[in-house]
Amino acid sequence: MELYMSLAIGVLFTVGVYLILSKSLLRIILGTSLMTHGIHLLLLTMSRLKRGAPPLLGEEAEAYGDPLPQALILTSIVISFGVTSLYLILAYKAYRKLGTDNMELLRGEEDE
Amino acid sequence: MNNLLVLPLLIPLSTGVILLFLKNKMIAQRWISALGMVLNLASACLILYQVKAEGIQTLHMGGWLPPYGIVFVADMFAALLLLMTSVVSIGCLCCAFGTVGGARERNYFYPFLQFLLVGVSGSFLTGDLFNLFVCFEVMLISSYALLVLGGTRLQLRETLKYMLINIVSSTLFVAAVAYLYGTVGTLNMADLSLRVAEAGQEGVLNVIAILFLVVFAIKAGLFLFFWLPGSYSAPPAVVTALFGALLTKVGLYALIRTFTLIFYHEPAAAHSWIGWMAGATMILGALGAVAYSDIGRILNYNVIISVGLIAFGLAASTEESLNGVVFYLLHDMAAKALLFILGGIIVGLSGTRRLQEMGGLMKRCPPIGWMFFLTALAIAGIPPLSGFAGKLLLIQGGLRAGYYGLSAVSLLTSLIVLYSLLRLFMAAFWGEAKAQPASLPPSSGFALMPAAAAAAVSTSTRRAPASASTSARAITLAPVRKRLVLASGALLLIVISMGIGSEWVYSFTAEAGETLMNPAIYIDAVLKE
Repeated sequence: MELYMSLAIGVLFTVGVYLILSKSLLRIILGTSLMTHGIHLLLLTMSRLKRGAPPLLGEEAEAYGDPLPQALILTSIVISFGVTSLYLILAYKAYRKLGTDNMELLRGEEDE
Repeated sequence: MNNLLVLPLLIPLSTGVILLFLKNKMIAQRWISALGMVLNLASACLILYQVKAEGIQTLHMGGWLPPYGIVFVADMFAALLLLMTSVVSIGCLCCAFGTVGGARERNYFYPFLQFLLVGVSGSFLTGDLFNLFVCFEVMLISSYALLVLGGTRLQLRETLKYMLINIVSSTLFVAAVAYLYGTVGTLNMADLSLRVAEAGQEGVLNVIAILFLVVFAIKAGLFLFFWLPGSYSAPPAVVTALFGALLTKVGLYALIRTFTLIFYHEPAAAHSWIGWMAGATMILGALGAVAYSDIGRILNYNVIISVGLIAFGLAASTEESLNGVVFYLLHDMAAKALLFILGGIIVGLSGTRRLQEMGGLMKRCPPIGWMFFLTALAIAGIPPLSGFAGKLLLIQGGLRAGYYGLSAVSLLTSLIVLYSLLRLFMAAFWGEAKAQPASLPPSSGFALMPAAAAAAVSTSTRRAPASASTSARAITLAPVRKRLVLASGALLLIVISMGIGSEWVYSFTAEAGETLMNPAIYIDAVLKE
């Protein structure tokens, strides 16, 4: 199971990096969010995938899942959700004002 | 257990939330944010006093004892940085009143400032690696907002890139955290230190260490600083002052913390990398500082040089150089904030960012000239001022650790810093006042660095003929300029007294350096209670 997860994470990362390297702003944003998804899966996989064990420390429990990665993922999802929505709004604003979403045209060393 | 440790987060957070409800009440916003910052300063002083008197202070959130749960730790290093953060932020806040422009003030400039402080203090205090990521994000999200607030073309363009860089590096940060958790099974920094020591920092742990190095190097502008000069020249000078004084320093703090507490076992791997990167940063930064004739760029490259210098101290990692790192970090926070504020004032007074087009400011505003001159000397490290003691310690430590080349580079770059700042000083203050430039660059001229002047008069003179603008500036600016001079004077006083009282400051930094040098002190304080 871990193997498949690792493959999925690898694919997500590859696609994310590919998209970030493209010129269109929207693709770049999609790339960042795909990469973040990959990271969340990575966090999940890193604590070994277990099934059927609740994340509780009880006297009777024979096995228990690790609750920490899930808490971490939850936090990370919230943050990336906020950041991505901010980024999308910013991209829209920038598109309206600058008239382009092509990163090649947004280099600009010179003063405008 | 010490509940006080939560105050440096709680005070700015609640101040920021209160400010959200006072959107159009400008005067109230200013007073409340100033009050919040003063309270913050008081709490930082209190924490520093306690750390000095009773040693490292910890706070276990929700009563979960470490290594479970999130722990806040204030050692001397964190407490000192906390104090300097609150001082610098008060200075910047005073300069922000009336200079950032009404539109910004109405659109939540002050709340964002407070939230930025939450993130910065949280990063200094936290003792948990994932919590460090969260605090970084709080800080970064506020910085995105502060960077883009105002919405000029330049700001939008630069914020897009700044956000992308930071999102990618944050993603790598979480990846590094995930790998570390998978390898040693904990995220509490003290516990991590123990477990990494047990496992030996080899193989995968070394890779993780390098991943952390890359992440924090991007955030701190250590070698991977390609994003810094562009983004930092987009917002108003006050915001750049805050960024230059705080944001890169938080990255450096994280770097120092991880590589003195957790990954200190294999200096041959990570630390030699840090050394190379520090050298390259100093050299490239120096080239940039000399090459450009735009004030914003020159000052930004000066930020980069100091990042390199501090990283050099971390690479050497002797007791002296770590003392020097702490000392120089403190000095640099105050001095860089001051430098950017003064730079902003210069741009505001002369109405241009280009060195060739300014001149003769000494006649118009002598105090600014003298302050800029002293600041330049302090940053270059001329003896009675605060840069000297830090640099002395750094270079002594470097020589003792056998880093002769890097020591030479850092001495040489100090000269170049002096040259670049004095070139700026001579161009701006000496000579005759040039004719006002034909026009401020239409959209960006003042928004690049509108410090004092430009923003305050932008509405009145922006479209007026350029010849009329000089007199209009002089009239409208009087009260604002007085406050700016006062605020920068206060910061300068701190820089000077840190230099003159360096023996006294050293008694604090030496303790911080000792804790950094002996991770056992930190670990004991966190885990055994």
